[in-house]
Amino acid sequence: MASVTADKTLDTSGLNCPLPVLKTKKALEELQSGQILEVISTDPGSKADIPAFCQRTGHELVETVEEGGKYIFYIKKK
Amino acid sequence: MASERLAIIATKGTLDWAYPPLILASTAASLGVETAIFFTFYGLNIIHKQKMKQLKVAPVGNPGMPMAFPPSVKKTPVAGQLAGLMEAIFPGPPQLMGVIPGMTDFMTAMMKKMMKENGVATVEELLELCKDAGVKLIPCQMTMELFGYKYEDLIDGLEPPGGAATFINYVLEADKPMIIFV
Repeated sequence: MASVTADKTLDTSGLNCPLPVLKTKKALEELQSGQILEVISTDPGSKADIPAFCQRTGHELVETVEEGGKYIFYIKKK
Repeated sequence: MASERLAIIATKGTLDWAYPPLILASTAASLGVETAIFFTFYGLNIIHKQKMKQLKVAPVGNPGMPMAFPPSVKKTPVAGQLAGLMEAIFPGPPQLMGVIPGMTDFMTAMMKKMMKENGVATVEELLELCKDAGVKLIPCQMTMELFGYKYEDLIDGLEPPGGAATFINYVLEADKPMIIFV
């Protein structure tokens, strides 16, 4: 369980590279600065790709949870 | 902030080779990098209205190709066991099989099915994502003329056709230029 509450959830289950990153970017556009986006992914590549996306774009990766083959990321919009 | 530009040169017109430029470009643009793809030679087929629907994956001359069947085929009773046996015997389709008429279409169909079942986007979807992310799609003027492709034959939303000098200049205008050749 994550310690943060999300303002919006994006489920990319079943999708593969590069779709989780592209959809995350789009979903963040709809949020206000400081709001939290929850991204659910089943793509093992996103484990490294989502942190790289955050590092590059300046959004803060607040928390990552791995459970039952799913990767859940909490991203705070910059 | 220093400007960064990534330019990708797409030269191949097969289904498998259409992916790397489109994936890299859409992702780079999402990461905030100004990105362009220059489509030249067979790469033009990726943005050709008709030919983009007929992109194929060639087993001939492709010894790296795995003998891979989509998950749905492997779950089918008899066909699945045959597919498993084939995969166990051959690491890839024997090169000779590639010359059998219909083999390229068969492998293409298998590849498309496998991609779909693995949640990989289609070429059309990736092109739309590239456009959404602001990737500049530049067709090569010289090869368009060489192959007899008109601007109207190509998909909408492209930049005007450009030459080598236009392209190099576009890349080098940035403080941090990068080029990837595919």
